[in-house]
Amino acid sequence: MPSTIIEWFSDNGLLFGLALLDGLAYAALVFMVAVGLNLVFGVLRIVNVAHGSLFAIGAYTAASIGIFFASLGLPMWAGYVALVLSALLVGAVLGPLIEKLLLRRIYGHEDVLQLLVTFALFMILEDVQKLIWGVQPIMQDAPMKFLGTVDIPFGDDFIPFTAYQLFVLPGVAVATLAALAWFLRRTLTGRVIVAVTTDKEAATAMGIDAAKIMLLTFSFGAGLAALGGALASPTTSLVPGVGASTIVLSFAVVATAGLGQIEGAALTSLMIGLGRSIAVYFAPEFEVVVPYIIMVAVLLVRPQGLFGVLETRRV
Amino acid sequence: MTPSDDRGAERRAGPKRPALARETLLAIIGALALVLCAWAIPWLKFVLTIALAKGIAVLGILLLLRAGQVSFGHSMFLAVGAYTVAFVAPGTPEVLLLLPLAALLAAALGLVIGLFVVRYRDIFFGMLNLALSMVIYSLLEKMYAVTHGTDGIRVAGLTFAGQRLEREVQEWAMFGIALTLAVGFGLLVRAYLGSPMGRALAGIKTRETRLEFMGLSARLVLLFAYVLSALMGGVGGALVAMTSRHVTPQLAYWTSSGELVFIAILGGAGSALGPFLGATAFELVRVYAAAAVADAWQMILGGVLLVVILFAPGGVWGILSSKLKGRGA
Repeated sequence: MPSTIIEWFSDNGLLFGLALLDGLAYAALVFMVAVGLNLVFGVLRIVNVAHGSLFAIGAYTAASIGIFFASLGLPMWAGYVALVLSALLVGAVLGPLIEKLLLRRIYGHEDVLQLLVTFALFMILEDVQKLIWGVQPIMQDAPMKFLGTVDIPFGDDFIPFTAYQLFVLPGVAVATLAALAWFLRRTLTGRVIVAVTTDKEAATAMGIDAAKIMLLTFSFGAGLAALGGALASPTTSLVPGVGASTIVLSFAVVATAGLGQIEGAALTSLMIGLGRSIAVYFAPEFEVVVPYIIMVAVLLVRPQGLFGVLETRRV
Repeated sequence: MTPSDDRGAERRAGPKRPALARETLLAIIGALALVLCAWAIPWLKFVLTIALAKGIAVLGILLLLRAGQVSFGHSMFLAVGAYTVAFVAPGTPEVLLLLPLAALLAAALGLVIGLFVVRYRDIFFGMLNLALSMVIYSLLEKMYAVTHGTDGIRVAGLTFAGQRLEREVQEWAMFGIALTLAVGFGLLVRAYLGSPMGRALAGIKTRETRLEFMGLSARLVLLFAYVLSALMGGVGGALVAMTSRHVTPQLAYWTSSGELVFIAILGGAGSALGPFLGATAFELVRVYAAAAVADAWQMILGGVLLVVILFAPGGVWGILSSKLKGRGA
């Protein structure tokens, strides 16, 4: 048996290495979306179906700003400014707009209604996106071209891989994870967010302005989704439907990780990202299925998710 | 009295006789109105048949909503019913055989999936259904040799009790079958919701530990409703396939499941009539919005959904029943 495994690796090693690298970059993007979704659910108690649309809008905005910058004749590194600007725009404008105009009206309603409000928002944003950017694929890969490719030694061979996907994507994801962990545990605002997540009523009784925290968290989550989209935009051409496929994937991550777990979301993103990209290379028919199979398998064994905590039953 | 108060009162005391009589009256008027519309505006017959088919599937969503659970993947049963028709029709084109077969297969899948998902509640229940429906979606999309991928399959010519009908007659036949099944399933659901098994569903929504203290298995109660809802999903899907004569994996995509929940809320969860009111309203808005603004019909549907949730949480049924009550009916 071991000899066949070794043989398999010597035959497919390069492909496997490429799958790992791809999976790592992909996991980084998935994490950016899933962690925002998780954070928003923790504080607002709403599963935001439109979260994927924010990812898509972030991606399109980044591409548009990038193309605009390029038309001004700015150097290629300006593409990175475009990525950050896009995330800031969505987080600071669209996020508060959605929270104040829409979500604020339905706090405390039935779960079904809250879910459907965000589903309605998803339908609206999908069409808004089509009206603004059309249905033709949009491509803006200046940030990726700017850094070029790296030859990664792998056994006797080299795998050429873009430096953007190798360093920038995982780098930003790790930095986000570290910054979030520090923010939520070490700063006052962060700890207030945790307090509202744990027990909103008690936190309000302590004098915390929960409405403000909800607005802040939603905008922050929207910004993270948009940043994820912006980071993804140089690696692929943008087409309608990207929001819909992103959101189901991040649902799978959040449910597998368990609710309210940031490090858990990171590990699960890695697991699902790697699982998916290995499937892409070795069993392409099952590419889309793999994340859900992982999720179902995990929930069969641990119904509260990998890192979730069981809630006590109430009579 | 607001619509939601009304629903609460009904849940506690069970529907009163006048309420049931009102519902029956409305159902008869609605059925007659549908027939009249289909007769007066021939092209609407297709739209209304699809609406009735989806209404049957949404009846299943309604059962789960009674238990406070939302399935964001229920269109997988619709897809199973539809693909059953598409696969079997070339060999056995008999509608009266295809419908029970689709129902049976969907119910069987519902039982297998149900045994797993009824252990979960709320967001986990919704997400697991979503995940499993996405698995079915991608299988339908990727197994090109069997399913022709996103191109879908054209449904072969069908026979009704051995007869091959002309196009016009066949459209009427499909409409008639859909209407008959809609009435049948509507009555079945009304009887079921009035039975102890159906009443127990509300117990899952409020506090299921109490249900268990009474000696009832919450999982069994939910499983029964789940299998029944899968069966109705299969029938709805089979009718959709027979009417539109074309099936694609899109039927199983999560947005289609979202639409079913949308229809349930649009119609109102208070009555077995709700799904049909909702489905008719949904399909009509969709058709007219798509004709008026081809690029933004989804936006219009989303807007309608928002308005309903924010200003008429009882749905179309809630509006109608409070109107009728106001007149002292």
